[in-house]
Amino acid sequence: MGERSAVIGIGQTKYDAKRIDVSMPGLCREAALAALADADLTWADIDAVVVGKAPDMFEGVMMPEMFLADSLGAAGKPLLRVHTAGSVGGSTGIVASSLVESGVFERVLCVAFEKQSESNAMWALTVSTPFSVAVIAGAGGYFAPLIRGYMRRSGAPEDTGIRVAVKDRQNALKNPYAHVKIPGVTFDQVMASPMLWDPIRYLETCPSSDGACAMIFASERATAKSPGKPAWVHATAMRSEPTMFSGRDQVNPLAGRMNAKDLYAKAGITNPRKEIDCAEIYVPFSWFEPMWMETMGFAEEGQGWKMTYEGATALDGDLPVNMSGGVLSSNPIGASGLIRFAEAAMQVRGQAGEHQVDGVHKALGHAYGGGSQYFSTYIVADHKP
Amino acid sequence: MRDVAIVSFAQSAKAREQRNEIEILMPVVREAVKASGLPRTEIDFTCSGSSDYLQGQSFAFVGALDAVGAWPPIKESHVEMDGAWALYEAWIKIQTGDVDSALVYSFGKSSPGDIAEVLALQLDPYTMTPLWPDAHSLAALQARAFLEATGKSERELAAVAARSRRSAIGNPHAVVSGEFEVEKLLAEPYVVSPLRAHDLPPVTDGASALVMVAGDRARTLCKRPVWIRGIDHRIEPQSLGARELVRSASTEIAGAKAGVHKGKIDLAELHAPYSHQELILRAALGLGESVKVNPSGGALASHPLMAAGLVRIGEAAQRLMNREGDRAVAHATQGPCLQQNLVCVLEGD
Amino acid sequence: MEIVKSIVTPVSLDYDYVTGRAQSRFLRGIAEGKILGQRCMECRRVYVPSRGACPRCAVPTEEELQVSDKGTVTTFCIVRVPSENLSFALPYACVAVLLDGANIPFNHIVQECALEDVRMGMRVQAVWAPKNELAPSMTSIRYFKPIAEPDAEFDSYKEHI
Repeated sequence: MGERSAVIGIGQTKYDAKRIDVSMPGLCREAALAALADADLTWADIDAVVVGKAPDMFEGVMMPEMFLADSLGAAGKPLLRVHTAGSVGGSTGIVASSLVESGVFERVLCVAFEKQSESNAMWALTVSTPFSVAVIAGAGGYFAPLIRGYMRRSGAPEDTGIRVAVKDRQNALKNPYAHVKIPGVTFDQVMASPMLWDPIRYLETCPSSDGACAMIFASERATAKSPGKPAWVHATAMRSEPTMFSGRDQVNPLAGRMNAKDLYAKAGITNPRKEIDCAEIYVPFSWFEPMWMETMGFAEEGQGWKMTYEGATALDGDLPVNMSGGVLSSNPIGASGLIRFAEAAMQVRGQAGEHQVDGVHKALGHAYGGGSQYFSTYIVADHKP
Repeated sequence: MRDVAIVSFAQSAKAREQRNEIEILMPVVREAVKASGLPRTEIDFTCSGSSDYLQGQSFAFVGALDAVGAWPPIKESHVEMDGAWALYEAWIKIQTGDVDSALVYSFGKSSPGDIAEVLALQLDPYTMTPLWPDAHSLAALQARAFLEATGKSERELAAVAARSRRSAIGNPHAVVSGEFEVEKLLAEPYVVSPLRAHDLPPVTDGASALVMVAGDRARTLCKRPVWIRGIDHRIEPQSLGARELVRSASTEIAGAKAGVHKGKIDLAELHAPYSHQELILRAALGLGESVKVNPSGGALASHPLMAAGLVRIGEAAQRLMNREGDRAVAHATQGPCLQQNLVCVLEGD
Repeated sequence: MEIVKSIVTPVSLDYDYVTGRAQSRFLRGIAEGKILGQRCMECRRVYVPSRGACPRCAVPTEEELQVSDKGTVTTFCIVRVPSENLSFALPYACVAVLLDGANIPFNHIVQECALEDVRMGMRVQAVWAPKNELAPSMTSIRYFKPIAEPDAEFDSYKEHI
């Protein structure tokens, strides 16, 4: 009961609007093979496979993990498919970690992917039901009013979102996998970009990407045999709340706050701002950075925007956030959460190349989904818990 | 390994519901929670199984949170799989020590769409789906291969159907039940040969839920808790040409790993949506004639897709709770032609 | 030989959508020009549209009542980007309206108002389809329009953002 688990292999695909050079199996294998190579393992060494992705209408295939099973080396093995909306990538990592921590499996491969170019993501998000009016235009249309609520409650300067976008887009230039790269991106450029769902501008919005991310979680025994530096899982947390009910705070959801509290308690962290060296946080629209800084307890309520303003979340700040360029730069929806977990582990393992932060011992991975109601987070470190 | 027991189970099934998924699910969850003896807030983890495509909407499972009591916020997860796999994820979570109890639920309405056609989307989108092979046709391919390989006949398939419908008499959740003569069944036309209507799963809308608890606490909540002595699941390649259709290799592996043969089996609930599949599964699990198979009537009597596998586990557990036996096997399947299978060995306290 | 890189496979599935009992009652009310809500017996809050259950308390909601078709805009956004399936021409103001008597806002649009005048706290009224066009569908409410009442105090609706 309660074994330890560590990340011993990580693989990502190049993210792009349309990965027309590969099929779905090809996309997933690109990430999985990279993770296996990173861990110096073969398919035969894997005991179980977890697949995570978001709504199947994004590809127009029902339960695609079924036809993908053998291409992911899962024939004859247990395979699970997780779906917790946008947080699914995070949940996928947590389920894979749990399979190891249960003591039942030694090495578990998880793959999260989306090949949304094969269908139409905006359509899949806005499938209309009879008797209703389709008023909410996709995810942006859903979150824009909440962001307006945050702006009102916090009194944050109106250009806070622009600053986050510039930072993340500059970071993306240092990430070989990132989809959206705008060399020389400036504040004025982001501000001048078209307003999509007021107050969210085009360059403050995540792209629609194809991509896959794979991670290998291993037991203590299996980790001892692996060549690279492991990222030990110190804690995982999942919390959910209903989409809408009277009096629900969607700007700083209780599920998010409880998730953070549970995570830090399990990891023995009392001062997250000081004890965590960097974080990969799920920010699909720029304003979510200050909002999640507050929910995750890095800043007091209403003060998250100051972290952005002070440069605390920049690559050279005291709590770098989204060193990879984040969801704003690459967004294969089902994979985005796992990419956060992967990039956090890469920082601990010293694998992040140009966007590596110096001296990272402990990193946070965060994913959220649905109407800001599903939260999956974890903490990894360079030492055993 | 921690000992985990099922302490309560509830289900609902009907051919065509006028209620929506949330309205169907809510009373089932309430019944399972109430029967568990635990207050909702003391069930540590919630895990569910369902499929967006059955409802024709993305994120369809999200609305289900309204039915299960997610306030204050809960530890919760979801699989896009039959509820039996949600039970597996919850069992794993309990093994990690992070939680000590779990509510597992699943639901699905097959009636809104043409379910056999919807399932054609569950195939390789590049080479199979464009041909639109519906689920019944694929099962018929397997049935034909099975009959020719084993020398069994359509009569034996009809016998499975007749026995299932007879067993289902008195099951309030059965959509099809009654006394049917094998001759009369065989006189019916093929739907897709060699399968007739009685060989196919009935379209069903339904939901199921159960509560599991770790350790001795289970005994304080339930007169006869049912322990999960072994649980395993395996998947095969999907392509029909890439595996043996007439035996279920993944069920054989899962059954061995779950320890089916470590003791005498009194009853088995096998998730066989098609009659010939029951015979394949019996062979895969090595179940002899003395084992009572599908006392509930099985999937041929009631098949709420996405919940049916969890129902097999719940039905088997319920019967052990009622002392209709001491040791049982429950099985769940998904994917075309028994592609993926879960086997669970249960023992009454 | 040219490699096939992609194929287009049209997919079409028909679903019979069942609204469920609570929503069905709500829609029948709409067909009569009434907006119905349901009160949760435990937390006493009124849900509009009626959903049959209170997500906060996880109990069925049974007490039915009519709410006003006037309310307050709690928050909004201006939609400018095209998307399939949208019911309205761009750009439009998507608003969350807290009707008087209800305890949860729902989404609709505001018209007869310049986009830059749409604001939090604005008081609005439903504009219905003509009587002979009323049907059990949310389209029976064509849109909400601003009315000449002072904006609601932030405190009165801040819980609902």
